[in-house]
Amino acid sequence: MALSGADRAAVRALWRKLGGNVGIYATEALERTFCSFPATKTYFPHFDLSPGSAQVKAHGQKVADALTTAVAHLDDLPGALSALGALHAHRLRVDPAHFQLLSHCLLVTLARHYPGDLAPAMHASLHKFLSHVTSALASRYG
Amino acid sequence: MVHFSAEEKAAITSLWGKVNVEDAGGEALGRLLVVYPWTQRFFDNFGNLSSASAIMGNPKVKAHGKKVLTSFGDAVKNMDNLKGTFAKLSELHCDKLHVDPENFRLLGNVLVCVLAHHFGKEFTPQVQAAYQKVVAGVANALAHKYH
Repeated sequence: MALSGADRAAVRALWRKLGGNVGIYATEALERTFCSFPATKTYFPHFDLSPGSAQVKAHGQKVADALTTAVAHLDDLPGALSALGALHAHRLRVDPAHFQLLSHCLLVTLARHYPGDLAPAMHASLHKFLSHVTSALASRYG
Repeated sequence: MVHFSAEEKAAITSLWGKVNVEDAGGEALGRLLVVYPWTQRFFDNFGNLSSASAIMGNPKVKAHGKKVLTSFGDAVKNMDNLKGTFAKLSELHCDKLHVDPENFRLLGNVLVCVLAHHFGKEFTPQVQAAYQKVVAGVANALAHKYH
């Protein structure tokens, strides 16, 4: 399911609306991921994972910046995310299935904060975008 | 077998009490068909599924969504015996409907998104975690009789 012109336009428009708050939502998405899927905490033994943790907030901002980069390079996600893919594959050794858990929690976070903007078609476009990000990251594995 | 703490059961039951099963069911099933279009293959006789708005407005989708979510309500009432509660439905989905159990997980996650969409602030990370357990339990229970 390639990203259609309509998908790209929808994702870009949503990202413009989120503005400088992407970090807040990525942080909440991380918190939700740790809460619902405790196995994902395995990658952060060195973090304080309690609610409001400054380390989780900083990491949320990193994730947000990476997603914003992805939105700016929808025509070449594997290229734009190549270094991050290599990092997650070879150094951090994150199970690629766990990217999908974070993607799901990001959708939940945005649905919770922007109910008016997450109509079914937008939900589909965002899900496709996040799947492409996940694939781009996973393409560096193995 | 999935185990629910008293707090989780309370959170799940309390939120469920406020769910409009008819609206949420149609919403969840509709979104499944929009976001994961291959799932439309199980609903060939539902008529017009040609666009997101056609799907969301389709009366058969709404009616079936209500049926599905009413069933889900049984899960909420029987959290300690999900396998027993869904035994017959599991056989139906395996032997007659031939639905890949992966699709139950997809619907479960779509339902979680619908709940977040509807309940907003109330759908805290802790409430979400409790619901992720329920939807996983239901998906497993539905897959249990597959052979």
